[in-house]
Amino acid sequence: MSPALNVVGRSVPRSDGIGHVTGRTQFATDHSFPGMLHLKIVRSPVHHARIRRIDLSEAERVPGFVCALTHADVPHNVYTILGLIGVEPEEEFVLAEDRARYKGEPIAAIVAESEEAALDAVARVKLDLEELPAVFDVEEALKPGAPIVTHWGNNTFMYEGHPCRRVRFGDVEEAFARADHIVEGVYNTKPIEQAPIETTGCIAVPEANGRYTVYTNTQAVYFSLDNTSIILQIPGNRLHFVGGTVGGGFGGKVDVIVEPLATLAAMKTNRPVKYAYSRSEEMQVSSTRSAWRIYVKDGVMRDGRIIARKVTSYADSGAYSRQTPYALTKHAANASGPYAIPNVSIDAYCVYTNRVPSSAMRGFGITMASFALEVQMDKIAEVAGLDPWSIRFINAYRDGDIKPHRKVVEDATLIETMQAAAALVGQDLPAEFRAMTSARRSEGGA
Amino acid sequence: MAKLRGTGMSAVNYPTGMNLGGDPSQALIHATTSGSFVVSLSATDLGQGLRTVIGQIAAEALGVRMEDVVIDTADTDTGPHDMGTFASRATHRVGNAVMAAAQEAREALLDVAEDELEAARSDLEFDGQGNILVRGAPDRSLKVADIAAAAQFKYGKTIAGRGVYMKPRSPVDPETGAMDPDSTEAHACTVAEVEVDTETGEVTVLSIRSAYEVGRQINPALVKGQIVGGAWMGMSHALYETTAPYYPDPDHNPKDFSEYLMPGAYEMPEIDCVVLEYPSSNGPYGVKGVGEMTANAPIPAIVNAIYHATGLRIDELPVTPELILRGLDAKERAASVASAADTTATTGS
Repeated sequence: MSPALNVVGRSVPRSDGIGHVTGRTQFATDHSFPGMLHLKIVRSPVHHARIRRIDLSEAERVPGFVCALTHADVPHNVYTILGLIGVEPEEEFVLAEDRARYKGEPIAAIVAESEEAALDAVARVKLDLEELPAVFDVEEALKPGAPIVTHWGNNTFMYEGHPCRRVRFGDVEEAFARADHIVEGVYNTKPIEQAPIETTGCIAVPEANGRYTVYTNTQAVYFSLDNTSIILQIPGNRLHFVGGTVGGGFGGKVDVIVEPLATLAAMKTNRPVKYAYSRSEEMQVSSTRSAWRIYVKDGVMRDGRIIARKVTSYADSGAYSRQTPYALTKHAANASGPYAIPNVSIDAYCVYTNRVPSSAMRGFGITMASFALEVQMDKIAEVAGLDPWSIRFINAYRDGDIKPHRKVVEDATLIETMQAAAALVGQDLPAEFRAMTSARRSEGGA
Repeated sequence: MAKLRGTGMSAVNYPTGMNLGGDPSQALIHATTSGSFVVSLSATDLGQGLRTVIGQIAAEALGVRMEDVVIDTADTDTGPHDMGTFASRATHRVGNAVMAAAQEAREALLDVAEDELEAARSDLEFDGQGNILVRGAPDRSLKVADIAAAAQFKYGKTIAGRGVYMKPRSPVDPETGAMDPDSTEAHACTVAEVEVDTETGEVTVLSIRSAYEVGRQINPALVKGQIVGGAWMGMSHALYETTAPYYPDPDHNPKDFSEYLMPGAYEMPEIDCVVLEYPSSNGPYGVKGVGEMTANAPIPAIVNAIYHATGLRIDELPVTPELILRGLDAKERAASVASAADTTATTGS
């Protein structure tokens, strides 16, 4: 540690604190421009339907109506947000074409002089829909005969030919056979909204030089710019994205939903266009944290050592996968927990259902794994006749251990962290756990 | 009916960075004529204090005062590329990029300072207060601002630096899952105390106490802010929140904060923490990252505390009063069946 640090390590007051508490911080949709139009979305009222016809005739007669956009107006209407990092296939429809796959899916966009006029026109759009059977449960979605959500014929994201992200380390079945105890659990969690105070939104402004300035509260300005460039098939040099202080993200502002349509509308009308979610849109149609179902099976020895762990996880991705395939990979890399387990098998499925798409949220793929595994650890402790602290010290990983995904552990401090927590709450630890360290086992970390 | 108390714990790890890497962040730094250092980025501040933390890293690495650093960010016309603010990556990735840029800018500044001070580079040092000193010759110091001005007006030179940080992309072996999915791992251990009202099924969280190990803390107050805020979010996930209360039933979705329940100030328990610092090998000044992980450990700690209080093993979230009451009812029925069986057995013998 360098002894001579001036400012690193000091609790410097945050630079935006005064602006926030005095209401002077400008957020993306606080901007206002002369002639600004408002964009609102016509959404599927049902969970799964064939779209026969969109009748805009009454909507067009609403005073203040400017234009409507449907899939035919979107140059590259089917995209995958992670396409930028090579994830395939393209699967999400900016505006639905022949099918709506979840309740709330965008079918058309209405652009009008005022928010009220846009909402009025949205209410007057007539949809001729043929409702289709829908599926809402991750395991139901994998059964033969289940309604197919995707446009390629099955309800799982494919990982290089496998329907799940796999981790295989050692031989779990052999270890289960010689374990003294088998402990099994199934853990279920429901979808959760990131619930930022500031809802997702942007304003796209056509500039005199032919470029478009997009004021947005995205968590990633280039990610949003690059995806918008792909969807609109215009070069990136015509887009200028301006972010700033975001009123809470938590993963909810990593998807690229509002910017492409607002920019398209600005291109069509040559006027500034605002597209910002209402609170109910943020709650009901923006991405959620996935619901999870996690099966855990552990083989445990009499002394509390876990010798085998098998995890089968299903994340409910909803109708489109957005960031979820990546979350499953992160989940698979961490589904054995911070423990040294010599035999591990993990199957992590990204499953499509007719639900609002889930995507990123704080703790991406891991929050619910931690819930499942840490409740499971207490069950294991009870079966082995140990207390919750002991079971974790006995199994804690150390530097030099090899994780199931074959990475050598370099900065394990679980043991030191548990020792500090025990001291904080006045928990007495046996001498052997007080003396334990995360150092390499070969270097006395016994 | 009773109010039952219990304590539960959990221990977790959390990885830093986009898990398969390939997620670059860039930074550019240049000095103005008055000696301000403009740090140009495109990373976004989500309200977590990224601008403040990056300002601290830049000031430290440049050897100048915090007030001499201007953070200009989240604009694609002026800021170089950044992957985005997520995956607990910003302080680690952007901080590393800023350190690299600061190093280059600092060298450019020292080139000019050597001439202006007529001193060997090895004798020059920054005092962190806006001056460059000549070691052993206290009267020969110059203001950084004067050197920056001289660079431009006297020597026609820029004081600037470029920085990028990227962990190379790691492929995943589709058969075994072999991969390199993190830059470093932070850790937490949480102990939660709850009180369960067996009449209403309500769970009151009494305290959430944690130890965190997050590598170097750049700004301890902001780290504590994450820990307190995360404890609130974890408690909210454990006991309150969902957009689909009858999942997998897709209906009955809340539409605003009056229907989507989260704990308010009144429900906030005592939150206490200690923070350990075991610097990482690859973060700026040893940073690991604390952004996402703070909601994780509280959830199982609360659920384990409910078991300790009531004997109910809960394996789903959120743990609503309904879930608690149904669980207690089932337990009571099972106990009465068991005791009836005991009575029968006793009578029969």
